[in-house]
Amino acid sequence: MELLDIGILAAKIFIVLHVFLIGAAYVVLYERKLSAWVQKRVGPNRVGWRGSLQSFADVLKLVKKENIVPKAAHQGFHFLAPIITIAIAIALWCVIPFAGPFTVAGKVIDLTIAPGLDVGILLLLALSSLGVYGITIAGWSSNNKYSLLGGLRSAAQMISYELSMGLSLIGMMLVMGSLNVSEIVVQQSGYWFGFLPKWNVFVQPIGFLIFLVAAFAETNRAPFDLAEAEPELVGGFHTEYSGLRFGLFFLGEYGNVILMSALMATLFFGGYNAPWLQDLAFFQQNEVLRAVLQIGAFSFKTFMLVTVFIWVRWSIPRFRYDQLMNLGWRVMFPIALLNAVTTAVVLQAIRS
Amino acid sequence: MIEQYIPVIAMIVTGILFGVVSVKAHEILGPQRPNKSKETPYESGMEPVASAHERFSVKFYLVAMLFILFDIEIVFMYPWAASFRELGGFALWAMLLFVVTLFVGYIYIVKKKALKWD
Repeated sequence: MELLDIGILAAKIFIVLHVFLIGAAYVVLYERKLSAWVQKRVGPNRVGWRGSLQSFADVLKLVKKENIVPKAAHQGFHFLAPIITIAIAIALWCVIPFAGPFTVAGKVIDLTIAPGLDVGILLLLALSSLGVYGITIAGWSSNNKYSLLGGLRSAAQMISYELSMGLSLIGMMLVMGSLNVSEIVVQQSGYWFGFLPKWNVFVQPIGFLIFLVAAFAETNRAPFDLAEAEPELVGGFHTEYSGLRFGLFFLGEYGNVILMSALMATLFFGGYNAPWLQDLAFFQQNEVLRAVLQIGAFSFKTFMLVTVFIWVRWSIPRFRYDQLMNLGWRVMFPIALLNAVTTAVVLQAIRS
Repeated sequence: MIEQYIPVIAMIVTGILFGVVSVKAHEILGPQRPNKSKETPYESGMEPVASAHERFSVKFYLVAMLFILFDIEIVFMYPWAASFRELGGFALWAMLLFVVTLFVGYIYIVKKKALKWD
């Protein structure tokens, strides 16, 4: 690697890290505002213009809080758990393409941190399944009964839904014939019948729905937030966490919500492709402006899916634990398997 | 080849550094006034009864074992799905046989009520 490449990589990581942090802060605010709207309240409106600085005030408050670790807790693991959670939430961003490659002064710049990774989806699933460690270790190391129950529940829930999540992507991969995220996005750039964008959601609607439900469960969001069900488990796995250690769990949760939305936008909604608009001659000639347009399209799709996450959270009551496991193992798993097999058979029938 | 993974490693290191720096900074910036009741685990205001590291339901182990079985199945399906176009008909039949075999096992665990929570 040349020095220039290292510089570009460092700049990309710097930008993505800050977009992640500020994005998560504003998604928290957005959720609070939207939930207030759902429940006919006003929501935060004191800090900054209409509450726009609320999340930053919250972070400052968390920093100024005391770090309380129970005597009976396992100190090392108690320290490790939030770090695992946040490190994975950040590392997952490395395969998401934000825009197509463009050329500046003869240098091709790819707006993906790790471009052209042939095992992109596999890496994503592998890293995201490590997320269960953060929560389980947090639950176990606190030496608190509520934490332990929350951590165990969450571990069982996350591994159960991971099956459906992995299976729901197989149908999509069969159609695309690749695990490379950038390639999957490029393949979605055309049109069917000349006008309908070639998005995977139109070929794999069942796969998308299963992925969406599994994504709710994987991020421990309502209606699957049994790991932190307040009425029965106080705070769940983070009962014994305070200050910024709790803040890291919180940040990780919202970061994962954005990431899952970005992932669904990438895999099922054409990623950074802005249909019709990017085919205009103006954008074809001007590569940098096209990249800006694509970043806009990608952000818009991600934003809409984040809205779905929040909308679902404030509309649907929490599942009971047996219902949750039933849904994961006895409904979603067979449907996802059937979806994958059917896709393979249909593809083979079309080809021969 | 290996150069492709440098950004991935860099990103993971960034994440770990971010976590460690914020936790350490919080330990320095935040106040430290520990006392005995702060340091006991929270148990709804009661004195904690015994340690939390007790036995828990065997169901959790069962789910973990079943997860490993079926996750391996899915891992086998990934390379097949990615190269489905080149492999063609024979691979489809082979994979169907594999899936049906595991599905028989799935029906068995459902009938055994291994997935029933009450």
